[in-house]
Amino acid sequence: MMQEIQLFHDAVNDPKSYLSSIQADSKKIIGYLCSYAPEELIDAAGFHPVRLFPSGSEILYAENHVQAYCCSMVKGVLEDSLAGRLDYLYGTVFPHTCDTIQRLSDIWRLNTHYDFFCDVAMPVKLNSQKARQYMKDVLKKFRTDLESASGKKITDSDLSASIAEYNVIRKNLLKIQNLKSENPDLIKGADLYAIIKGSMIMDRKELTTLLPAIASRLENTDISSPRRKRLVFSGSLCDFPDIYSMIEAAGAMVAADDLCTGVRWFDTLMPQNSDPMDALTARYFDRAVCPAKHRNTTQRGEDLAELVKNHNADGVIFMLQKFCDPHAFDYPFLKEFLEKQGIKNTLIEMDGRPQGTGQLSTRIETFIQMI
Amino acid sequence: MSEHNEQKQRQKIKSAKTMRELMTTYYLDALSAAQNNKTVAWITSGGPVEPLVAMDIIPVYPENHGAMIGASKMGDELCTKAEDMGYSRDLCSYARSDISCSVVKGGPLGGLPKPDMLICCNNICGTVLKWYEIQARYYDVPLFILDTPVCHTDYSPEIARYVKAQMNEYIEFLETFTKKKLDHDRMKQVGKLSLEGQHLWQKILNTTANKPAPMSAFDAFFFLALIVTLRGTQTANDFYKQLLKEMEQRIKDGTGIIPNEKYRLLWDNLPIWYQLKWLSKKFSSHNACLVADTYTSAWCGSVKYIDPDNYLNSLAQAYTRIYLNIGVDKMADQVLEMIDFYQADGFVMHSNRSCKPYSFGQMDIAEIVRKKAGIPVLMIEADMVDPKSFAQSQVETRIDAFMEMIQQQ
Repeated sequence: MMQEIQLFHDAVNDPKSYLSSIQADSKKIIGYLCSYAPEELIDAAGFHPVRLFPSGSEILYAENHVQAYCCSMVKGVLEDSLAGRLDYLYGTVFPHTCDTIQRLSDIWRLNTHYDFFCDVAMPVKLNSQKARQYMKDVLKKFRTDLESASGKKITDSDLSASIAEYNVIRKNLLKIQNLKSENPDLIKGADLYAIIKGSMIMDRKELTTLLPAIASRLENTDISSPRRKRLVFSGSLCDFPDIYSMIEAAGAMVAADDLCTGVRWFDTLMPQNSDPMDALTARYFDRAVCPAKHRNTTQRGEDLAELVKNHNADGVIFMLQKFCDPHAFDYPFLKEFLEKQGIKNTLIEMDGRPQGTGQLSTRIETFIQMI
Repeated sequence: MSEHNEQKQRQKIKSAKTMRELMTTYYLDALSAAQNNKTVAWITSGGPVEPLVAMDIIPVYPENHGAMIGASKMGDELCTKAEDMGYSRDLCSYARSDISCSVVKGGPLGGLPKPDMLICCNNICGTVLKWYEIQARYYDVPLFILDTPVCHTDYSPEIARYVKAQMNEYIEFLETFTKKKLDHDRMKQVGKLSLEGQHLWQKILNTTANKPAPMSAFDAFFFLALIVTLRGTQTANDFYKQLLKEMEQRIKDGTGIIPNEKYRLLWDNLPIWYQLKWLSKKFSSHNACLVADTYTSAWCGSVKYIDPDNYLNSLAQAYTRIYLNIGVDKMADQVLEMIDFYQADGFVMHSNRSCKPYSFGQMDIAEIVRKKAGIPVLMIEADMVDPKSFAQSQVETRIDAFMEMIQQQ
């Protein structure tokens, strides 16, 4: 494995140690749970953004705040916070996501004691000029909130620099993913997973050199891959790296994804020659849509079918987190939409990380044999 | 007391009959809309219906339909049917039963009248957005979304601008669809009627502050249907005037809804529609009356934001700042006010698997209530329509233990 990739694995395996080193550089850390968190503003304000994933520890405290029918991501992150495992945070930002995260925001505000807290009540409707204007308004407000917290102004050039930085990160993540799609054996699925997840944790400036270095190294690696069956992941988050090895062991590979912890986090680049707030607004308004938001009634089906076509994929695996309403509501439609086009698909429902993996790998193998 | 005697002593509310007739007429009108060349709009329960009424569009409420499905105990079958269609059992049972009902034409009405358009206001949840997207695809009709951002801590100027602008888009959407202009005088008149209706509804709910309460939350769940479906009409207001009169008379006569009211309880969340009778009997067997609830008061809770002279603009604020679209701490404040106003001895919370925005945060509200009001809190795990999530013997044991606690206080 490349030395650079090991750095990502280290950050993913022990985010707390990694983030302590960032803190030691006297950088304050702001956590978030949703890919709509406007990281560029957090970064431009001089804070370090980090996506929070549940540590998987036993639920002891969160049970006093959310019922059994709450998704494991929200329950797990709340547990980590209440148990003091997120004490490295300076604060948290909650962009409006789903009903569950909406209430998590309230529960968090009432029960945790970080210095910084912010709701960014973004529009749910993403198909009108008024909504676009409102998106810009809430981003501006968030900018002001960050400025009050840091005590210094975010200048347009700060923001432009951050936008340029994120374009490098996103462009290279996309490039690495596409390189794998073209040449599956170039990099293991579990390594790619670590690179993407690690990018949500690690220092963003560091990423602007690490990611291009990895991309160019991969680009210049001369290996040829046998034809593997090609899959697309669709869903909210996939925080289970073993699934990539299972798929590869069964002779297939993940060629592309439509995940919140995947492409939806890095899909759309920002124009660098326009007003930075307009550029930011455009990205959060026009990026690949989450099912908790609305662009039109068929967009997600069309986007997914196109992704399958572009990556010459043989099938789609829906990764559904238990109790995730927006994705569960879209599933029957997406399934039917794909089937009308002859695209095979299967559903894997997970409640956090699966306990026993035997059943899961059998299901995956069966699906791969079928396609 | 035997069940027979208890039933005998329970003095029924006479207006219930009129109400049933009004709802029947309403649904017959809606079901024959197509034959009469009338336009039908499906609208979410928290959506601004007044412009529809002013434009002679018949509003139909899938959520009211969901409640009817639950109350007629048809939820199990329809929800299961939706699961067969691929909808997870963890999804809202109103949505599940409505979606499958559209396909199988089942339920107490044999299906709702086909919509010509869909109006979805997300002030109550994000679920309605997904539900209405599904129906927009199924019926292939236009969908208007009124996006009301959550006011966790305040109604910010950004939110105000955004929702006000959408009110105008809403009117434009209706005008384009019907190819006629909104008559602003008629709009004003409907607005007045709606406001008057909400005041009347509030007054009716307020009557239960009297000891003994002339009606209970179980009755409010039933009488609610008109303020939801016929808000902004003279019909609704005439009925509520009659109902208010009856309540005032009962207060004068000292007629309580349960024979021997000793304990007064506040209910939180949607009703458990398929268990109303059982719950009502269960509580009254302990001489406890559910005098009020956080649910039915949501249809008059934001009256204070309405300005009759600037009606359409003020609607934006009134519809955005409803009970469910605010922070949990703000919801707790309202609960505390209700506990005080109705002099509640206990708080019963329905932890409703179907309704995440209503149910997550309940445990924090319970804690605030225990601390600040000092009254016992009971949490019942259930679902509003799907009986698969209701364990009667378990609930019974918990209610008995809870009532014992209240008696000891």
